[in-house]
Amino acid sequence: MSEILRFATAGSVDDGKSTLIGRLLYDSKSIFEDQLEAVERTSRDRGEAVTNLALLTDGLRAEREQGITIDVAYRYFATPKRKFIIADTPGHIQYTRNMVTGASTADLALILVDARHGLVEQSRRHSFLASLLGVPHLVLCVNKMDLVDYDETVFERIKAEFRDFAARLKIHDLSFVPISALHGDNIVHRSQNMPWYAGSSLLHLLEEVHIASDRNLVDVRFPVQYVIRPQDDSWHDYRGYAGQVASGVMKPGDDVMVLPSGFTSTIAAIETMDGQVDEAFPPMSVTVRLSDNIDVSRGDMLCRPNNQPDAVQDVEAVICWMHEQPMDPNGFYRIKHTTRDARAKVSEVLYRLDVNTLHRDTDAATLSLNDVGRIRLRTTVPLFIDRYERNRTTGSFVLIHEGTNATVAAGMIQ
Amino acid sequence: MPTKYELGHLKALEAESIHIMREVAATMERPALLFSGGKDSIIMVHLARKAFWPARLPFPLVHIDTGQNFSEVIAFRDWMAEDIGARLIVGSVQDDIDAGRVFEDPKSNAGRNRLQTTTLLRTIEEHKFTAMFGGARRDEEKARAKERVFSFRDEFGQWDPKNQRPELWSLYNGRHRPGEHIRAFPISNWTELDVWQYIADENIELPSIYYAHRRPVVHRDGMIMAVNEFVTPRDNEEIVEELVRYRTVGDATCTAAVSSAAANAHDVVTEVAATRITERGATRADDKTSEAAMEDRKREGYF
Ligand SMILES: Nc1nc2c(ncn2[C@@H]2O[C@H](COP(=O)(O)OP(=O)(O)OP(=O)(O)O)[C@@H](O)[C@H]2O)c(=O)[nH]1
Ligand SMILES: [Mg+2]
Repeated sequence: MSEILRFATAGSVDDGKSTLIGRLLYDSKSIFEDQLEAVERTSRDRGEAVTNLALLTDGLRAEREQGITIDVAYRYFATPKRKFIIADTPGHIQYTRNMVTGASTADLALILVDARHGLVEQSRRHSFLASLLGVPHLVLCVNKMDLVDYDETVFERIKAEFRDFAARLKIHDLSFVPISALHGDNIVHRSQNMPWYAGSSLLHLLEEVHIASDRNLVDVRFPVQYVIRPQDDSWHDYRGYAGQVASGVMKPGDDVMVLPSGFTSTIAAIETMDGQVDEAFPPMSVTVRLSDNIDVSRGDMLCRPNNQPDAVQDVEAVICWMHEQPMDPNGFYRIKHTTRDARAKVSEVLYRLDVNTLHRDTDAATLSLNDVGRIRLRTTVPLFIDRYERNRTTGSFVLIHEGTNATVAAGMIQ
Repeated sequence: MPTKYELGHLKALEAESIHIMREVAATMERPALLFSGGKDSIIMVHLARKAFWPARLPFPLVHIDTGQNFSEVIAFRDWMAEDIGARLIVGSVQDDIDAGRVFEDPKSNAGRNRLQTTTLLRTIEEHKFTAMFGGARRDEEKARAKERVFSFRDEFGQWDPKNQRPELWSLYNGRHRPGEHIRAFPISNWTELDVWQYIADENIELPSIYYAHRRPVVHRDGMIMAVNEFVTPRDNEEIVEELVRYRTVGDATCTAAVSSAAANAHDVVTEVAATRITERGATRADDKTSEAAMEDRKREGYF
């Protein structure tokens, strides 16, 4: 039985993210012959001297024309140790929302930096966003070491510079690897070109990083997704509450409270089509039956009576604005939070963050595309929230424009 | 010994797919599940049964029928719909050809694949579906690798790959205006190997042609094509009987078989784990048309 590690690439445009993923897939023998032939052919047709491994993930016509990544590509590979889901994200600032999409579910982020240029604004922005999105593990990859003669001092300088910046972010686990994505140094095997580097190869690090303890197994949170009521005589009185466990461990016999009603009951059974389960934990999708016949519907939440989320209509959050049209500081938006849908009104913009300096501009009146800032919202119904830092599911939401239906912002509750 | 409270990767994928299916059923007004009788759509039905058990599926199955299918697959499709008590709606490509809405290109090596788009969009409109479950996987093809789980389609059924909605965490935005719809892809994150391991683990029944069998074939453009009412040998082609199986079952005119002795799902897992060629690369003439064949079809509203 192997577990899944989800990781995302990040960093500035052209720092080599897609090339790295191509290299990782290639060197771990996860590329199929016909895929390789196709990118070899395309590289040749474009007059490129070596096979451009970035083409393995840059699959859209526009991406190939422009030589950049526009939207996230998801790729998959497995080693005997783990299955990996990769989100290769774009570095270009215009597509920050796609980077955020890819990083939101990641266990680990690979931040790439071009050894020749060191940290640039986009490297800082992406590192900041990764920490904001609560990605538990960060690996700074100093790439293109071949272009600086595999010089240790370059690596050490960038490492020190990054540590300095990272000290102001919430990063729980940080490592550094000097690599050449183009030539494969320190990707799957330790490189002969950098004998001074004593750490492990990137793949080894991905295989070994410990992620089991990143989950919250303490606070029981079960957002009800769907009420199952078979229209069938043999299941006449059946009423099951289907959902995915957001956090905590649930067992039959446990006392639970239903929010918003506040009624309490006990778990009669936790069921799946394959039979009853003794324990349900994240990310299991199950159906819960309660001992009492109480009113429960989609958008409600099951928790323990002695460990409840906050039920609030005033929400304070750091949000990432993702739409060309700036936020209307007095506007209404649809809010999606766990399985709850509501309307939300922006009540206050507290500040906008400068992602480079982390300076807080408290005079900001609104947030525009790619801005990050702290706001207060008032919602039409109570939401059952935890701080994002403690719970990535009950601490997150998205805002949707009521007219265009576009997803305009991602929010992390503080 | 696995650490406590760890799910294996297949169970984690299953949980994610079930969550997506329940989100669609709970938030979208009129969903339907695209069901071809192929392995990915069979997995989808299996997952949907798990998602809503003990209730029946809260949506119908829809097959866009090119009229050029393997008979084993059609028989399986009908049996399965009946077996689980689901409603099956068939949108017929032949109807659109007869009505003059689409024309067959006799020279195309992609069969009636592209024509399906018209029938699909017509069926969606006729039944006013607001969400279609598709069994596409991101590992299948480079344009699919880019697509969201909830993929927005405009009133013409078009996908705009340069302007997809951000999709964070497991919060899916299915909002749309009348005439627009959502394609939902619950098994986006599964690979071909995951699918086969799951079929083996769960003992899922498949049409017989997924397993090794002898049949008359011809070798054409590096692919093994079954000889049947849709594929007739050309002058220089010799009919030979070979042991083959199918990795995908699309339109019978353009779906190739692979040489294989795999008699059951476990054998196939072993074979897939060792294969060096993608399933579409090995078996789909329709994808060979151009570098961006899939992206172009998807933009027009294809699956
Ligand atoms: N010399 C050298 N060149 C590299 C290395 N890694 C990447 N490159 C080159 O850098 C250029 C950009 O690489 P990409 O992989 O497309 O960069 P990216 O970070 O994915 O860019 P975006 O996705 O658009 O943000 C390409 O020409 C690569 O060949 C490296 O380690 N050494
Ligand atoms: Mg890239």
